[in-house]
Amino acid sequence: MSLGILMMVHTDLDRAAQVARYWATSGNPVVFHVDKKVSAADERGLRKAISDLDNIRFAAREDCRWGTWSLVAATQNAAEKMLSEFPTVRHVALTSGSCIPLRPVEELVDYLDDHPRTDFIESVTVEDVPWTIGGLHHERFTLRFPFSWKTHRRLFDRYVRLQRRLGLRRRVPQGIDPHLGSQWWCLTRETLASILTHPRRATFDRYFKSVWIPDESYFQTLARVVAPRIESRTLTLAKFDLQGKPYVFYDDHLQLLRRSDCFLARKIWPRADRLYDAFLAPASRAPKKTEPNPQKIDRVFTSASERRTLGRPGLLMQSRFPRDSWQVSKTAAPYSVFQGFSEVFEDYETWLSRRIGARVHGHLFDWTRVQYAGGEKIINGGMSDSVDIRDRNPTAFLTSLIWNTRGERQCFQYAPYDRQAINDLVIWDANAQISVISGAWAIKLFRASMDFQAKRKEAAWMQRVEAHFLEKLRMRGLPARVRIWTLADFIDDPMEHLQGILDEIEPTAPRRLVEAPRMVDLTGFSVFLQQLKNAGMKPYLTGDFPAETDPSALSYPGGSKPYLVNDR
Amino acid sequence: MSILSQYRLRLERKGLLWRALRERRALTPVANRTQAIAKSDILLFSTLRNEKVRLPYFFDYYRKMGISHFLMVDNDSTDGSREWLEDQPDCSVWTTKASYRKSRFGVDWLNWLHTKYGDGHWTLVADVDEFLVFPFCDTRPLNALTDWMDASSIRALPAMLLDMYPKGPIDSQTYAEGQNPMEIASWFDSGNYALEVNQKYNNLWIQGGPRARTFFAKQPHQAPALNKVPLVKWKRGYAYVDSTHMVLPRGLNQYYDIDGGEAISGVLLHAKFLNTFVEKSGEEMRRQQHYGKSREYKAYARQLDAGQPDLWHNWSEKYINWRQLEILGLMSKGNWA
Repeated sequence: MSLGILMMVHTDLDRAAQVARYWATSGNPVVFHVDKKVSAADERGLRKAISDLDNIRFAAREDCRWGTWSLVAATQNAAEKMLSEFPTVRHVALTSGSCIPLRPVEELVDYLDDHPRTDFIESVTVEDVPWTIGGLHHERFTLRFPFSWKTHRRLFDRYVRLQRRLGLRRRVPQGIDPHLGSQWWCLTRETLASILTHPRRATFDRYFKSVWIPDESYFQTLARVVAPRIESRTLTLAKFDLQGKPYVFYDDHLQLLRRSDCFLARKIWPRADRLYDAFLAPASRAPKKTEPNPQKIDRVFTSASERRTLGRPGLLMQSRFPRDSWQVSKTAAPYSVFQGFSEVFEDYETWLSRRIGARVHGHLFDWTRVQYAGGEKIINGGMSDSVDIRDRNPTAFLTSLIWNTRGERQCFQYAPYDRQAINDLVIWDANAQISVISGAWAIKLFRASMDFQAKRKEAAWMQRVEAHFLEKLRMRGLPARVRIWTLADFIDDPMEHLQGILDEIEPTAPRRLVEAPRMVDLTGFSVFLQQLKNAGMKPYLTGDFPAETDPSALSYPGGSKPYLVNDR
Repeated sequence: MSILSQYRLRLERKGLLWRALRERRALTPVANRTQAIAKSDILLFSTLRNEKVRLPYFFDYYRKMGISHFLMVDNDSTDGSREWLEDQPDCSVWTTKASYRKSRFGVDWLNWLHTKYGDGHWTLVADVDEFLVFPFCDTRPLNALTDWMDASSIRALPAMLLDMYPKGPIDSQTYAEGQNPMEIASWFDSGNYALEVNQKYNNLWIQGGPRARTFFAKQPHQAPALNKVPLVKWKRGYAYVDSTHMVLPRGLNQYYDIDGGEAISGVLLHAKFLNTFVEKSGEEMRRQQHYGKSREYKAYARQLDAGQPDLWHNWSEKYINWRQLEILGLMSKGNWA
C-alpha cells in the first residue's frame, strides 16, 4: 500500500520537483496542482524535470487566492485525480511545494500501515480555536466574504461591519458542524472518496464557496461527517506566527527538525540547501518507530512570539522603545533609592555594601559629579561619569545603568539637592524601592560651614524640593515600593526601620543587623532647627524634635555625646 | 500628526528628490554594469574617498552576505580606489569631484542612484567602514532576511552604528589590505546609549558610545547620531533625509515597537577607529567636508594634543558574534526564529 501526495505549488518549482522526485521514486505517487498564475514556461519546466517518472500527474489548474474557495477547488481536482489514477493508494496527504519529509518515507508508510483506518486531520470546533485573523471566529461561517482580505482590506472590513449591523446571517447547512484546523492533512482513501462523492456535495460546496478561508474548514468539517476515526492532529509540522503566516525553516534548524521526529515540515526556505540535501538523501539509518515530538521546536517559536510581544523588560533599544505609560516595570531589575540615609549615618554607603551583596552608589544625580560606587570613572556598559551626558537624558541614564548591571542589585543615594530628573521614572517603576527620611537634608546644612543666612535660604529651597517629591510619593496606587519617615520618627528607632528595608532587599537571608551604622553627631541639631524657625523658616519635614528653647545654649556642659545606634 | 505637517514632510521629500535629480549631473559614470542587475538582487550603495585599503575586505564581506551588485560613488579618490572598483565585475562606479558637503554628505547622490536603480529592490547603504550584522547572519544569507521581511510586511531594517575600537592608542596597529578590521578594532561599548523619539520624522535618535564618552563628554548633544536605517525595500519616491539616519516617507522610520515588544533590528559595526583614522583626520580637518564642519575630527585632534587617546576601558566588550549583541540588547531577532 502506498501514500499519495497532493502537492500544491505556485513558486520555486525546482524545489517542488526535487521533493516530488523523492516521493515518486520511493513508490508514492504525486499529483501536482500548479497555480494558474504560474507561467506556461515554468510549468513546462516542471513537467520536463520529472518527465522520467511515471507516477506523477497534474491536476486541472485553478487560480489560487489566499483565503478563497479556489484553494479547496484545487485540492478537490488533485484528490480526484489521485483516487482515479492510483487505485493502490490508501492514504492521501495534502502538502505544499515547500513541505519536506523529515523522516525516511518508509517510516511514514509503516506508521500509516499501523493506522490503516485513521484520518490525521486537525479538526477543532470553532469555539476552541485560539487563532483568529481579522478578528473573525464563528462569523467565518455565517457572513459572506466577496472581497479579498489581502488586497481589499478596507472593503472587506466594511462589508463585515455592514453585515453585522444589518444582522445578516447565513444558515449553516443541516448535518454539518463547522470545524477548523491546519490545511495540511492526511486522509484515508475511504474518507476522501466519501467527501468527494457525497450526495450533498453540491450543497456543501455552494455553502463553503462563501466561507472565509475554506481551506482551513472544508475537509476539517466534512471529515467529521463521513470519517469513522479521526485523529485530530496533523502529521505536518507547521507553526504560525503572530501574523498568521507560517514560520520558515532554515539550515540552522537542521538538528531541531531532526530531533522533532515529525514526518513532514512546512515551510522550508527554498534556498535552505542543507535541509533539502539532508532530508531528501537516502535513508542512512534503520527505520525507527517513534511518535512525533515537536515540543522543542514549539518552544523556539513560542519564545520568538513572546520576544515580539513582550520583549525584555527594562531594555530600551533601537527596536524596542515602549511608551512610558504602558509598562509597570520600566527597568530591568529591582533597585533601591535612599534619600536622607547618607545624612543620618556616617559612611552609610560602605556599611550598606558590606551588609548586602549590592553595589551601593553615592549620589548618582549630584549636580557636579556622578558618584559611582568606588569613585569609578566608567562603569558597566561603558557608562561615563560625565554629568553632561547624564543630564542629556537622565531617565535613559538610570534605565541603562539598571540594564547594564543585571544580576547585581543597585542602590543609590538621592537628595533634594540632587538633580530631580528621575522622580517620575522611579515612582512609576515597580522595580524601585524608595526609602525617604524627610528633612534629613537639614543635617547636611547643620554640619556645613557656611553662614546662617545662606543655610536658611538653602533649607527653604531643599524643603520645597523635597515636599514636591513627597507629594508625588504619597499618591495612591504607585507601583514603586515607598517608605517615608520624618527624621524625628526615623532616629527614634533606626534599626527597626533599616531592618525592614534590608529584609525586603534580601528576603532569603533574614539576619538581624549585627554591625550597626554609626549615626552622625546630632548635638546641637535641634538648636539649629530652632534657629531656622526663629528666622522665619519652619523645617516641618524633619518632624517634631524636642525643642530647646534657648537659641544661645549652643554648648552643652557635658560635651558632645555621639548618637550611637545600639546593637541588638 | 496634522495634515499640514504631513504636507510639509511631503514637500520636504519632493525637495530631496528634486535635489537628487539636480545633483545627478555631478556624477560621471566610470563603469555602469547596472544592466546585469536581476529583479531579485539586493543592491549595496556607498560613497567613498581614498579608501582603497578597505575595499577588498568590504567587498568580500558583503559578497558573502549575498549582495549581488555594488553601486559606488567615488568622490575624487587619488589612491587608486576608483581603478580598483572599476575592475570588479559586480560593481558600477560613478565618480565626482563635487563637494561632499554640498551634496549633503553624499545623500543627494545616493538618493539619485536609489531613484534610478533601487526601485523594487532591497537596498543597503553602508560606508566602507560599516559592516552589517543581522540576526542569524552567520547561518543565513541576507535574502533569507529580506524574504522574511517581505512576508512580514516589514519595509525597513534599523541597524544602529556600533563604534568599534582597538585596545590602546588608535594607531598602534596598522591595518593591512584584506584584513578583517574587527581583528584590530574588536571592542565596543555595550550599554551607554541614550534614545529619544525625533517627533518630526518619528525615528529614534540614538547617541552615545565611545565617541560621546571621550570626544563629546562636555557637549553630549553634539555627539554623532548612531541610528540608521540602512536596509530598505526601496520604492521610487522614497528619500533618505540625513545620511541614512532617517528616511521619508515617515512610516519607514516606525521600525521600533512602542508596546513593549521587540521588533527585528541589526547592527552596523563601525570600524572607523583604525590607524587610517589618525592619518585621515588631518586632511579632513583641512577639507571641512564632514558633518558639522568636521567637528568630530576637531574634537579628536584636541584629544590628540592632550596625549594619545585610548577608547578602551575595563568594561569594554570584545566582539564575538551577533548573538552576543542580541544578549546585550543592542539588536533583536524580533519574532524571526
